[in-house]
Amino acid sequence: MSALPDGLWGYLILLGMALAFHEPWRWAGIVLGRDIDVHGPVFAWVRSVATALVAGLVMRLVLFPAGALGTLPPGIRVGAFATGIAVFFLTRRSLAKGVLAGAAALIAGAMAIG
Amino acid sequence: MQGLTIAFQIPALILGATGAGFGALAHDAGMKFGPTAFLSVVLYATPAQVVLVDQFARGASLLGGAFAICLTAIRLLPMMVTLMPYLRGPDVPRWQYVFAAHYIAITGWTEAYRRLPLLPPRLRMPHFLGIGTALMCCLTLGTMAGYELAGVVPPLLTSALLFMTPLYFIMSLILGAKQAVDWVALLAGLVVGPICYLAAPGFDLLLTGLMGGTIAFWFGHGREGRRL
Repeated sequence: MSALPDGLWGYLILLGMALAFHEPWRWAGIVLGRDIDVHGPVFAWVRSVATALVAGLVMRLVLFPAGALGTLPPGIRVGAFATGIAVFFLTRRSLAKGVLAGAAALIAGAMAIG
Repeated sequence: MQGLTIAFQIPALILGATGAGFGALAHDAGMKFGPTAFLSVVLYATPAQVVLVDQFARGASLLGGAFAICLTAIRLLPMMVTLMPYLRGPDVPRWQYVFAAHYIAITGWTEAYRRLPLLPPRLRMPHFLGIGTALMCCLTLGTMAGYELAGVVPPLLTSALLFMTPLYFIMSLILGAKQAVDWVALLAGLVVGPICYLAAPGFDLLLTGLMGGTIAFWFGHGREGRRL
């Protein structure tokens, strides 16, 4: 922990970094979104960008995960992901059932290969 | 206030698990307990938190860390813009926007994306502030638990908890998709995402959003054009 000092200064530096470099993008969203027309093309584009971005993150988390999840074979991850989505649609789009079924399928798959 | 209770369901479990993953990572990276939990409150966006802790662990300077979190936060901008039409109103005090903006992260956005349009306009801001407050508590508590339990919990259980995040995100997007454009944006992101990750890791989410979103927008615009 070379760069970050201990004690109160450490907290103040973290707070300062967050406010100066991280939070302004959120504030910019307030300003840019304040007068945006929901039926206009700009809003349609920004909404598509946000949607595609989250979908991209989904694939990254399934195909290229970090940590313990990454040690499981890709086939098991993709299979469990597909199982979760299938259960989601079969249960008339129940988010809780889909998510829990996907997680259960992952555990079952990992235990099956030992 | 109903937003507070609603967030104590699947999203809460997921953010708790995400926080636990971050807490364990920060523990292994040599961070102290207090600053680790503090990051979940002041940044409240795990990609930035992970990047920052990673930078510290590699001995990077404060400026290097600041640059890294600045890049990861760009993706929050379109999310805030798309929620503003639901949150804004003549009676909403300014400080509420600032709080709402801080609660913008992928989980809060996906919840709001499908929930806010169904609510009467007056209730949307209070509802979102409730969701945000609850989710931030979950992330912070999860971070503390993950820090303390690092190395104790079996890895397969940790994996299963982390695996809930992509499942929850994709199902939330499906539930929030209203028009054909939303579906095209979703599918485009799924296809373009891995390509961008392999081509430009670090910038992949931003590129995926811009490319996938623009493809979907063209598609939507073309359909409108034909109808005229």
